[in-house]
Amino acid sequence: MTTHDRWLLPDGIEELLPVAAAKVEQLRRQLLDLYGSWGYQLVIPPLVEFTESLLIGLGSDIELLTFRVTDQISGRSMGIRADITPQVARIDAHSLAQEGVSRLCYAGEVLHTRQTSLLASRSPIKLGAELYGDPSLQADLEVISLMLETMTTAGVPRVILDLGHVGIYRALLHGSGLDEAQEQAVFDALQRKSLPDLGDALQAVSNQQRRQQILELAGMHGDETVLQNIPYADAAVAELREVSGAIARRYPAVEIYFDLGELRGYHYHTGLVFAAYVPGHGQAVANGGRYDDVGQVFGRARPATGFNTDLKALLEILAGSLAVPETVAISAPAQGDAALWELVAELRAGGEVVISSSSGEIDPRCDRQLRSREGKWKVEKC
Amino acid sequence: MSTEITFALTKGRILKETLRLLAEAGIEPTEDIDNSRKLVFGCSAPGVRLLVIRGLDVPTYVRHGAADIGVVGKDVLLENGGEGLYEPLDLGIARCRLMTAAPVGWTPGSSRVRVATKFTEIARRFFAERGVHADVIKLYGAMELAPMMNLADVIVDIVDTGNTMRANGLEPIDVIADISSRLVVNKAAMRGKHAAIQGIIDALTVAVARRDA
Repeated sequence: MTTHDRWLLPDGIEELLPVAAAKVEQLRRQLLDLYGSWGYQLVIPPLVEFTESLLIGLGSDIELLTFRVTDQISGRSMGIRADITPQVARIDAHSLAQEGVSRLCYAGEVLHTRQTSLLASRSPIKLGAELYGDPSLQADLEVISLMLETMTTAGVPRVILDLGHVGIYRALLHGSGLDEAQEQAVFDALQRKSLPDLGDALQAVSNQQRRQQILELAGMHGDETVLQNIPYADAAVAELREVSGAIARRYPAVEIYFDLGELRGYHYHTGLVFAAYVPGHGQAVANGGRYDDVGQVFGRARPATGFNTDLKALLEILAGSLAVPETVAISAPAQGDAALWELVAELRAGGEVVISSSSGEIDPRCDRQLRSREGKWKVEKC
Repeated sequence: MSTEITFALTKGRILKETLRLLAEAGIEPTEDIDNSRKLVFGCSAPGVRLLVIRGLDVPTYVRHGAADIGVVGKDVLLENGGEGLYEPLDLGIARCRLMTAAPVGWTPGSSRVRVATKFTEIARRFFAERGVHADVIKLYGAMELAPMMNLADVIVDIVDTGNTMRANGLEPIDVIADISSRLVVNKAAMRGKHAAIQGIIDALTVAVARRDA
């Protein structure tokens, strides 16, 4: 390694310099305050835990994304978290073990073994909220609303709310007679909305009508009209209608987009799934859904719904529009009498930024300085 | 609502066929793409501009949202992964097959096989599915040469007529996949510009059906 490349960071690993760091921290505080005002309590899960608790039924994607190390004390395998949701589920199911409803939120860095999309960070700062113990549609509605409030608070100008429901695909798949590999092929083609590939994958389905229905599912995206003609999943369609109606009344400016073939997290989601998209960005900026059975591995299956977003991705979207108040500071000599020390403390307590100057230099952020005039310290313009 | 659509096209031999289909769908470049050194072209449909780039780059542009929609060979999607993209339509142009081929009379040996190919991911996957351990050698052209020079046992390559292979003493063995050009769409564009994108997909679907009728 030479001095030319000694400073390089690994692919997808970045640092935030003062301006970006200030913006991310401002966002983090504003959003956690927002969740606090909705009654969500902050938890701080650990950076690593045993893989047995970290990799619980949230699908193989998360397993591939998790860095693993061996615990030198127990000899067991530990994972550096790639997602915080399973940790919060564990906290709800086991550590808190409250009866009734609990509302939890979190913010923290996670680590991914590889980039999940082009130019994505491998160390995103995940921020999210989870609602446990409430199986009702009102809970989903609350979480979706909070996700939209997150976007508003962050200052995202135009949001498209993506709504889907895993119950529709599940109803179609039920009794289709596909084995695991065939099901995976159908799933892959459906996620790519590839009608030709889906047609090939569905050769294995003997029921002609069922085959046609799964093919049609790939085209069911767009406005509310896609909810017509789904006789096999009445309950799921009714939930979608109710939630979209309520969201449209609460947030008339938000565009609602239905995508019934989009099955992100299909393996652990159990009901409504949702995501927030921002035009011009290929990946969802926030996403979530209902995942009722995850707590089961900790001995307590709890109704659960929640969402998360990535502060670094939000920062990128907001890049230009996010303003952080400029620091305007006072310069003070590092050496001085007790009176100076007291005055500086007083100014700082009053909300001023005071920067100490040891060799007479003045930090460029300072527009005023402390000067001694006839034995008294005064704040003067620089 | 902004409905500026950026359409990424694969340059090279499939461009002419692509443009013919696009013209059927009412999308025609306002200047002659063949005789221009430009990379971005205006077009007859309002709010649509065309990019002409290498096929390998099309998924990158579309996935990242630098283009909303694109045309690319299925071979590129298979090799580099089509994740993060929608591929709603088979345009049925530039049809060919991705095949394995070996010198005439070659029989598989004991366990491992040396494979020369441009499509390393596809080759690895294909042989692994058959329980064969493949030592994959990445080459960028003239695959037919590799078995002749004893660099590899078999090759994986695009086969159009098969004449080049036969002229070099090779015979096609297994079809790995049928290849043709696909329409790919950015996920956010499908949502944010749904009407415009769906309009293009529908028009192209009609154009493909009419051509194949």
